[in-house]
Amino acid sequence: MTDFLLGHFVYWSIIALLIIGLYGMMFKNNMAKKLIGMIIFQVSIIMFYVASAVKWAATVPVLDPATGVADAAKYISPLQHCLMLTAIVVGVATSGVAFSLAILIHRNYKTLEESDLLEHMKSS
Amino acid sequence: MMHNSPALVPLLFLGTAISLPVLAIKKTKAAYPVTIVASFGSIIISSHNIFRVLRNGPLTYHFGGWFPPIGIEYMLDPLSSFVALVVNVIAFFVLWHSRGIQEREIPGKSVPFYALALLYLCGANGIIVTGDLFNLYVFLEIFSLAGYGLIGIGEKQAPVASFRYLIMGTVGASFYLLGIGFLYIVTGSLNMADVRNILPHIHGNPAVTAALSLIFIGMGIKMAIFPLHGWLPDAYTYAPSTSSAMVAPIGTKIAAYVLIRILFFVFGVEFVSRSLPITDLIAWLSAIGILYGSVMAMAQNEMKRMLAYSSIAQIGYIGLGIGLANPLGYIGAVLHILNHAFMKGSLFLVAANLRRKTGRSDIAKLDASLRKKLPWTMAAFTVAALSMIGLPPTAGFFSKWYLALGAIDKGNWVFLAVILISSLLNAVYFFRILEKVYLIPPPQTTGEDLRPEARKGWGFLVGEETYSLMIPVVIVSFSLLLIGIGNATIVKEVIQRIIPLGM
Repeated sequence: MTDFLLGHFVYWSIIALLIIGLYGMMFKNNMAKKLIGMIIFQVSIIMFYVASAVKWAATVPVLDPATGVADAAKYISPLQHCLMLTAIVVGVATSGVAFSLAILIHRNYKTLEESDLLEHMKSS
Repeated sequence: MMHNSPALVPLLFLGTAISLPVLAIKKTKAAYPVTIVASFGSIIISSHNIFRVLRNGPLTYHFGGWFPPIGIEYMLDPLSSFVALVVNVIAFFVLWHSRGIQEREIPGKSVPFYALALLYLCGANGIIVTGDLFNLYVFLEIFSLAGYGLIGIGEKQAPVASFRYLIMGTVGASFYLLGIGFLYIVTGSLNMADVRNILPHIHGNPAVTAALSLIFIGMGIKMAIFPLHGWLPDAYTYAPSTSSAMVAPIGTKIAAYVLIRILFFVFGVEFVSRSLPITDLIAWLSAIGILYGSVMAMAQNEMKRMLAYSSIAQIGYIGLGIGLANPLGYIGAVLHILNHAFMKGSLFLVAANLRRKTGRSDIAKLDASLRKKLPWTMAAFTVAALSMIGLPPTAGFFSKWYLALGAIDKGNWVFLAVILISSLLNAVYFFRILEKVYLIPPPQTTGEDLRPEARKGWGFLVGEETYSLMIPVVIVSFSLLLIGIGNATIVKEVIQRIIPLGM
């Protein structure tokens, strides 16, 4: 049991991050806090991919003359890192759009509290 | 040139979207014609593609000459070339119609609007054509981000609606990403065809189950399946009319297409309907969604909001077809993607014309003067409404017919009842408007409900219609009759070519 808990500690921390992110998005009233939750959520998925590429007794996926190319198992898998570079770019773009929307909302209503906003939207 | 054709449409849209702000830097008027030309070009390429696919079988394109499973593959089979053609045709008509609307609703923002619209179509076409799971995620995010922009550009409440959609949509896309992460860990591949070949060997693996559930939830949010539909009504209501007409027919259909592609063509029918009966869950949720959307649509008194709730119900039909997981249900679902794109497209264009003419689209304010002012728009509305209700020979009847046959084939009478009841509910909320437009006299009948210049010459035929707004609406809605009459050809020549294995 302790082996199971300790052996997967990366995954436990990723699950904790996922839940913190979801909690922020679902239960926080302020839109800036929702955004923070969203970014934590995205980061946890990036960590998940990167964790899945980890390999003991292997080196970075750059050709090393001492290691050679005969045994590919001596390098960690580079694909997840490449995928996550794309995902980080996507995440930056998403938060950019989200921040600009938040600025627009604040300009229109002078508040970012969701409950106040819903009141304003109904009344106008 | 010929063997590149699967990649051409997304690249055409991407190139135009990026170069549009540069081209239009001096002359903002150039944005509209450039967009129209790009959109028309996409129709030509995708119709060329579908004929080639139907004649010679699936087309593939490998990026940079890397062959799958290592490289990214673009693949056109009868299903994807069909959906691509539907999306590009409806987008062309909405863009054609957009000029008069966007000048009035979002003045001075035409260049960003058209650039976003092109980016949106680039994402949509990329999702349809790609054969790679991670590439699909990237296109999904391009598509969604452009969609948030298109919605947020609207009136005062639009940014709030768009922000809430963004939070939900990002959760959806992230769940999808997590799902393909699990798939990648157990299969070591991201190519759809390759994953499909590997999966049968590892079906007992809990990671596959987790992947399927995560992808289903992610796409369910994007598709607005019943309990995950919260973002949809506000987003469609507050967006500019052109954006609603763009997002409503395309946005949720794309997610439905992804669900079909991944459930039936990656996981396989056997797995999703027997080993882990997720299709039953989809069918029941969709059935609840159909009733919920129809009832809520009846309760609305603003036309765009009513159409938004009706979209939730219509998405339910597609979900029901997917969930039945038999050939008839599948035909109904794919045919309903086509029908609903045209029906919702023309209804939202009608709402745009109404807003342009009267400034608002409250149902309570409609009366018979509109029938004289906007005769063709109202005729288009009538055809589309009849198709939504499902009267033959309009297109809407046939997809419901296939769905009903599928429900009978499955022996599930509840679904049959749901389809029939929801048709009645559709009739209630559309006839409410038809009654007002054709029967309720305007409040003060002075006999002067048309401007004098509109009553001369051919004026009695066209009222006060603007031709650039009227013609696209009329073409889209009357093509519903054509689709209805020609549905046997579409089903036989296109949809039946690619019934998933094992159904």
